[in-house]
Amino acid sequence: MKILLRLLGLAWGHPKPLIAAYGCLIATNCFALTIPYLLGNTIDQVLEIGNPQDIVNFCLAILFVAAFRGAFSFGQTYFGEQVSQLVAFDLRNNLYRHLLTLSFSFHDKQQTGNLMSKVTADVEAIRNFVQTGTLRISQTIFLLTGTTVILLITNWRLALISLGFIPIVFWRSTVSSLSLRQLWLHIHNRLGHLTTLLQENLNGVRIIRVFGAKQYEISKFQSAAEEIAVSTIKAGRQEALNTSVLALSFAITTGIILWFGGQEVLHGRLSPGEFAKFVFYLGLITGPVRMSGGIISRLSRAASAGQRVYEVLDSFPEIQEKPLARVLPPVTGFIKFENLHFAYNKDLWTLQDICFEARPGEVIALLGAPGSGKSSVVQLISRFYDPTFGRVTIDEIDIRDVTLSSLRTQIGFVMQDVFIFSNTIRNNIAYGKPDATMEEINQVSKIAQLHSFINSLPEGYETFIGERGITLSGGQRQRLAIARTLLIDPPILVLDDSTSSVDAETEDLLQSALTDVMKGRTAFIIAHRLSSVRNADQILILEDGKIIQRGNHTELLKINGPYQNLYHLQLMPEGLLPVSKDSEILPSKRGSN
Amino acid sequence: MRVGGHGHGRMRGSIEENDERRGKLYDHKVVRRFASYVRPNRKTAAISLVSMLVYTFTTVGQPWIIKLAVDSLINVYQEKTLGNLVFIVGLFSLNAFVNFLANYVYVVSLSKVSQQILFSLRTQMFNHLQNLSIRFFDRNEVGRIMSRAQNDVNQLQEFFNMVLITVADSLALIGIVVALFLMDAKLAIITLSVIPILLLVLLVWRRFAWDSFMEVRRAISAVNGMLQENISGVRIIQSLNRESANYGEFRDLNFKHFTANMYATRLSGVLNPIVEILTAISIVLVVFIGGIMVTNATLNISVVIAFILYIQRFFDPIRGLTNQYTGFQRAMTSGVRIFNLLDTEIEVKDPLNPKPFKRINGTINLENIHFHYTPEIPIIRGLTLNISEGETIALVGTTGAGKTTLASLITRFYDVTQGKVILDGHDIREIPQSILSRHMAMVPQEPFLFSQSITSNIKFNRISATTDEIIEASTIVNAHEFIQKLPLGYDTILQERGQNLSLGERQLISFARAILADPKILILDEATANIDSHTEYLIQRALRRILSNRTSIVIAHRLSTIRGADRIIVLDHGLIAEQGTHEELMTKGKVYGHLYKKYFSLQEN
Repeated sequence: MKILLRLLGLAWGHPKPLIAAYGCLIATNCFALTIPYLLGNTIDQVLEIGNPQDIVNFCLAILFVAAFRGAFSFGQTYFGEQVSQLVAFDLRNNLYRHLLTLSFSFHDKQQTGNLMSKVTADVEAIRNFVQTGTLRISQTIFLLTGTTVILLITNWRLALISLGFIPIVFWRSTVSSLSLRQLWLHIHNRLGHLTTLLQENLNGVRIIRVFGAKQYEISKFQSAAEEIAVSTIKAGRQEALNTSVLALSFAITTGIILWFGGQEVLHGRLSPGEFAKFVFYLGLITGPVRMSGGIISRLSRAASAGQRVYEVLDSFPEIQEKPLARVLPPVTGFIKFENLHFAYNKDLWTLQDICFEARPGEVIALLGAPGSGKSSVVQLISRFYDPTFGRVTIDEIDIRDVTLSSLRTQIGFVMQDVFIFSNTIRNNIAYGKPDATMEEINQVSKIAQLHSFINSLPEGYETFIGERGITLSGGQRQRLAIARTLLIDPPILVLDDSTSSVDAETEDLLQSALTDVMKGRTAFIIAHRLSSVRNADQILILEDGKIIQRGNHTELLKINGPYQNLYHLQLMPEGLLPVSKDSEILPSKRGSN
Repeated sequence: MRVGGHGHGRMRGSIEENDERRGKLYDHKVVRRFASYVRPNRKTAAISLVSMLVYTFTTVGQPWIIKLAVDSLINVYQEKTLGNLVFIVGLFSLNAFVNFLANYVYVVSLSKVSQQILFSLRTQMFNHLQNLSIRFFDRNEVGRIMSRAQNDVNQLQEFFNMVLITVADSLALIGIVVALFLMDAKLAIITLSVIPILLLVLLVWRRFAWDSFMEVRRAISAVNGMLQENISGVRIIQSLNRESANYGEFRDLNFKHFTANMYATRLSGVLNPIVEILTAISIVLVVFIGGIMVTNATLNISVVIAFILYIQRFFDPIRGLTNQYTGFQRAMTSGVRIFNLLDTEIEVKDPLNPKPFKRINGTINLENIHFHYTPEIPIIRGLTLNISEGETIALVGTTGAGKTTLASLITRFYDVTQGKVILDGHDIREIPQSILSRHMAMVPQEPFLFSQSITSNIKFNRISATTDEIIEASTIVNAHEFIQKLPLGYDTILQERGQNLSLGERQLISFARAILADPKILILDEATANIDSHTEYLIQRALRRILSNRTSIVIAHRLSTIRGADRIIVLDHGLIAEQGTHEELMTKGKVYGHLYKKYFSLQEN
């Protein structure tokens, strides 16, 4: 199987411990194969009442061999574990790094719970495969071959009859591995689904309560959990069949040895010691053969785990640096969108024919209905997505020609959804600039109107927030995101709807502080409150991915068009008063002030 | 998830964080509780136990039968006949077949019982989480609850498995010892003389090994913690260019895990040569002393062979038992944690003798209510308010005035600490929560949608809703138009956190969901704060229909949403500072007038 071979390739990446592990494996099993031989000969010696010195010698030899076998088996375990842990180590690192490089378009479609189970459960299954799977298979094959050869030499007829169970092992393995693999893949996917259900349920607990959706949620969860239980039991049944059939075939072999071997002894064609040898050799391969049932399921699990892991590792980051990408020099902030078209999905344009210029130091405001493409425009500046046609340039340089890091360090992007790391407030603010001084952090917190709140906390900037610490309100989170962004002091600033949860009281202060900060930077603002937009140098109004109006506040207010409508909409005094359903959104009695 | 105005303050009474504490080996309470999960499956469990016993017995019996076979071949005192061999091979085959059946039945029934237990633990945990009070979710982060419901449940489920394996291992040991003594007591004592040495070694080894296993677990949970956080925060990491810095950090954590693992491997690997040498010593003792006895004709060679076969099988169960030890500890620790969670008291309880309720009209009386999250910080301080059926109330006030809290008391997310919340003349604590929630709906500030289709999101728990009803609800809130424009329309699957729709669109769906629920009481908690003017306009247009025929409580900081309310309630530090219509309050020119001038006028000028 292709996936399993790829997984084996990972082990090849660590030749030293791998060779050591296999070296130890061969040595261990060579010694292991000697012991029954010695035992059988000793028994013959005892029965023939041979030289007592010979018996002592045989005993000493057995001890000697066992000591070596033990020592090498330690090496086998140790190096085998080392290879497998190194493979897991590499896989985790690669997955992590790859997940961080994968573009937004990938993460838009993924669920955290599912990705997590790939990096945890699936990597563990692969590790298991590398360690026990490959080494055990080799050990089994080695022992089986060794045993076969020795037994053939001892008594070829008996050997041929007794080793007849090997084909059964292979038949069972192939039959069950196919169906088990499908089953495990299914179970893993369903487990990922169950995680998502639980996570969403916990995150949406308030909504679920107030809508009384308890029973609905319970039945959803229950049927998912039940399906997993049923499938796992099914898999368990198959595995049970595998292990017990193997044990049975092994027992049959012993029976054959007893029957045919017994007759050989009775006819004097086989010595009792050689008969004992057969029994001991079977004892030696019992363990490995029994385990081989587990190996099949491990292989199937590893194959399905490998498939899931490679789904991530093989997905190609859509945003890639060109091989000869250069470093973007410090920019003045002159941004141009040239005939830009963009689509998330091929069948639907998100942006069409976007053209505009933002001169250094200008403030550009984007307005428009939901889904009109405002966020997409600003996300293209940071190259979170690539345009389908057309281009974005900064200081006349196409942003696809420069390195991602040199581009993104010059753009401060405050996102709509604020993510807080479970760390101290200080480290959260300094996330983009870990070496920031306390003064710098204080300064940006003051601008973001967060400083006095932080100081009111007993532990101040060292207070833990996020998963393991205190919870911040929506407005506090947004202000923290602003502080975090301002700290990197970017020449270009993007505020994507980033003051919406800030309460009116604070927003006033925040607005004026931000106005100061934006001086000397090219800034893009997406907001719904006209108060934050009206001072912009350019206002772009988007509809269905196109710019339908542009200009500054004073210009736009004079024209009977979308901006004027929006303006009146926000100041509409009616509010909750009945508005007739099809009434025009137009100048009410208050006129245009 | 929004926590309203009570955002900060260390969480108190959160579920214990004893992740890495070394647990007891045996905790009677946990075992008793666990037994209650086995009980419904006692038949299967009994089958699995019995078949395990049969399996162990037949396995231990095999070398004995081989001994009989050897006897029939070599024993000088016995007549060597084919008849004897036939009988013995027949016995052996029977034994092998029973062994096969028992093994199969054992594994199948075990997997059935384990899965049943896992299923009931999972669902019971989930059900309990559905009943726990909101306060619990304020105190415990989602990640922590997730780890209880997943890792710990998996861990505990293993317990039954481990008990059976332990019993099997112990029985195998006993069986082997008995067999050895039955065959030859003197040789048995000599053979078993190495056991005390092994036990001593294990005792010393155990101490080091467990600590190292614990270290491995700690290391992997650090690795997974960072992963989880970074996957969720990948967008901000990319925009702040932290990829390589984070990768370095992750590599370090990952490497720590690697070294911890290798140390643990060294420790567990060291047992191999020791066991190997001890096995060899026993075998050599048997061969040498047994050999002398055979030469003296005081022992049959078949006994020597059987002894060797038994010794080969002796050390595996001992090693197995040692490994179980850590497993038991882990299961006990997980058990304590799970049962602690399952025992977490449900603060908001249903009445014992609920009054028969058919419908709710929506008259709300708040009688001198008090409420606090922590006693030192009172949030609502003796508030009285009467809301009549169908009335639209706007709650206004600064951050921390208690607006969201007040709404949460009406939905009974929390119980008042003093006073009464009365609905249609009945204390809401006397109304079953299922009835209460059937007549309530809420639109929160941040729309929460599930990663399912738009249809399922609007339907939510009203599974019986028809397509027409769904379209009607979305038309009322003006969502129909944009939904129809989507390539898959109502069947569009929302991505995690609904990222394939804009915030405004998500909020419209959230509104449609509330409309379809057709509640008698509707709560809009800053429902239009985050959305753009266009969406707000769409909602404003629909508000009359949204709010008609129901009691509505609107929390907003936009003037336009507030002005049309039947009554505006101005909250200040948990008390009503003022109430009346917009005009009345403006004429008064007190708190509201002041607020109005200070904040709302910003939007106008």
